[in-house]
Amino acid sequence: MGTSIRKAEDLIKYRQRLLSSRGADEQWVTVCTSGCSAYGANKLIPAFLESIAKRGLAEKVRVKATGCHGFCQRGPLVVIQPRGLFYQQMRVEDVDEVVEQTLAKGEIVERLIYKEGELQSFEQEEDVPFYKNQMRLLLKHNSNIDPTSIDDYIGIGGYAALANVLGKMKPEEVCRTIKSSGLRGRGGGGFPTGIKWETCRAAPSEDGVRYIVCNADEGDPGAFMDRALLEGNPHSVIEGMIIGAWAIGHPGRPAGYVYVRNEYPLAVERLGIALNQARESGLLGKNILGSGMDFDIRINKGGGAFVCGESTALMASIEGHVGEPRAKHIHTVESGLYDKPTNLNNVETWANVPLIINQGVEWYTSIGTGDVSQNPWGGSKGTKIFALVGKVNHTGLVEVPMGTTLRKIVFEIGNGIIGGKKFKAVQTGGPSGGCLPESKLDLEVDFDALSEAGSMMGSGGMIVMDETTCMVDVARYFIHFLADESCGKCTTCREGLKQLGSIIDRICDGKGKDGDLELLADLSQTVSEASLCALGQTAPNPLLSTLRYFKEEYQEHIHDKKCRAKVCKALISYSIVSENCTGCMICAKKCPEQAITGKKKEVHVLDDAKCIRCGICMDVCTYDAVRVD
Amino acid sequence: MDTNKLESILDRHDRDPAALLAILQDIQAEENYLPKEDIKAVAKKLNLPLSRIYSLATFFSSFSLEPRGKHICTVCMGTACHVRGASSLVDHIGRELDVQAGDTTADMQVTLETVNCVGACAMGPLLIMDGEYHGNMTVSGLDRLLKPFTKTKE
Repeated sequence: MGTSIRKAEDLIKYRQRLLSSRGADEQWVTVCTSGCSAYGANKLIPAFLESIAKRGLAEKVRVKATGCHGFCQRGPLVVIQPRGLFYQQMRVEDVDEVVEQTLAKGEIVERLIYKEGELQSFEQEEDVPFYKNQMRLLLKHNSNIDPTSIDDYIGIGGYAALANVLGKMKPEEVCRTIKSSGLRGRGGGGFPTGIKWETCRAAPSEDGVRYIVCNADEGDPGAFMDRALLEGNPHSVIEGMIIGAWAIGHPGRPAGYVYVRNEYPLAVERLGIALNQARESGLLGKNILGSGMDFDIRINKGGGAFVCGESTALMASIEGHVGEPRAKHIHTVESGLYDKPTNLNNVETWANVPLIINQGVEWYTSIGTGDVSQNPWGGSKGTKIFALVGKVNHTGLVEVPMGTTLRKIVFEIGNGIIGGKKFKAVQTGGPSGGCLPESKLDLEVDFDALSEAGSMMGSGGMIVMDETTCMVDVARYFIHFLADESCGKCTTCREGLKQLGSIIDRICDGKGKDGDLELLADLSQTVSEASLCALGQTAPNPLLSTLRYFKEEYQEHIHDKKCRAKVCKALISYSIVSENCTGCMICAKKCPEQAITGKKKEVHVLDDAKCIRCGICMDVCTYDAVRVD
Repeated sequence: MDTNKLESILDRHDRDPAALLAILQDIQAEENYLPKEDIKAVAKKLNLPLSRIYSLATFFSSFSLEPRGKHICTVCMGTACHVRGASSLVDHIGRELDVQAGDTTADMQVTLETVNCVGACAMGPLLIMDGEYHGNMTVSGLDRLLKPFTKTKE
């Protein structure tokens, strides 16, 4: 970055200069260092740099550490650009060959190409079925740009929407555009963004201060799209926020905050770099692009409290208090952070804003469900990013148009269930959401369809469960999660969740009794009706949705003392299948309680009294000689 | 903590009570936990009631009021990790190292922590050893990672 952008024309000129300075034979290698770091992807960066330097290619090839590309299951992922060549499961040992064959000679290293079955192989990233069946509007640049380079972002047309807005659009016009686009809050609530902006703009503020907040406290377990956007394309979020500041706070004194989870150190780092670059180039600070608007953004790190994703708790935390929600008789758009009008949107919502400005309302509303021309609640527009995880073959981040069926996501993009097992449920919406059964697979996923089915969009986690997942255990997991994360302010949430937890514990321990299910439903209603914030109000959802769709599993636990998924420890027992046991002694060695005895090459015996049902014997046995009943 | 160091942390945040969370995070990053003396010093220097600082330090799960081990082993307990067996990992580590989640081994080598989700859900179950991510974790993989810390078994 070597320029100061003072007006819209500067940006256009700078972009042209950037593009023309790029050599025709320039190549860049993008390596996901986000989730793929769990596969050792970070080691690929120095390996590439060294190998490229050794062959004298340093002038022509850049190596970029990028955000999540999406197809996590095949990581570490590498894409050779601009040709879009897709290499998967790449190791440090492969680097020299890729540099020598692909970067120097343009040839393909066959071994690293993604294949499905014997016959099909896919060289181009865009042809890989996992990607091909998606509509990647927000994520597509993640495998192309360096998130720590503002030049890369400007190169793909970044900040053009901002220049357009500040130069040509009145704030009210921007609010109207966002309202007509039908954009709804991606954090889970699905509130129409444009209405929120207009209300916040209209709310009185004596000194003209209005806060523009980005909620990056992505606490839903099983969701990581906000992390991917902040780590992969942070400038898109910043650009959205500056546009928001203009629409909501100009003329006046808008000020910005991003509240990021403490568990996302790389997101904090990359966002910090991006903010500094935006400041240095004049896109944040005084008189942005000559518009007369001053605006800057600060980062606040969370402290590991799920409830801080709730808007009032988040604001309390920014002010340096504990993250306890407050009653919203007066909405935060009128009186939020430091009692000023505050507009809070989620990361993915902000990232949608430049896209809508650039491509227009007509284009945006052509994607998704329903009709928002009269009523912003009339449908769900644009795409949604889902984190497709759990017992599915192709795990990763999936961006699809609103209205895509669960079946398409799980079975086409996700390629079905691991090990050919039977699909049981998909959990959406995090701890506020629910579990949907097979009969709901043809549901066209949008904000309203999910709510009607007893779940919710949430931030977009989609956890696939198979026949080996116990639905009572899943409900138990969420209830304990929420009991743990309850801030303790409301009795119904604090104590109610604890009681719900102890009833489910009892059921899982084989001590369930008649009337338990009615008690669970009854207590759930109290928790949901008498708690102040969304955490408490929606807390019983995972429990209620499993009761609605998987009641027979609860009944089996209570009456037959049986867990069909073989998860609940008190209801299962392990034994050795004598006809399969070869006497290899592995299980006996690994058993932490010495519950398995036997000599070499003799059938082993498992002592049920000593067994703690940890399942290690079953995991280590390669002869299928341990069974669980 | 050395007074100068504490002063520089406070100055970095303009001695602003609103930045209390960030101040405590910086102290923990230096000291590995929140020492009582430092909490008291912050209260005095910022002229805040001690209870306000303790309320933050005990509300947010990322803070520890006890010294933590030389190594931090964190197991992700997110939903995706849960359905792929994260709790067996915690049980196994607990047995092997004789430590409960949230506690530190007697020799102060390893602190076992759980976290609600680190956003690497596609690789679950996930374990983080001193900041390094390990995906698709299994019991055998664990044994390799824990080897330096387990006493040789009979």
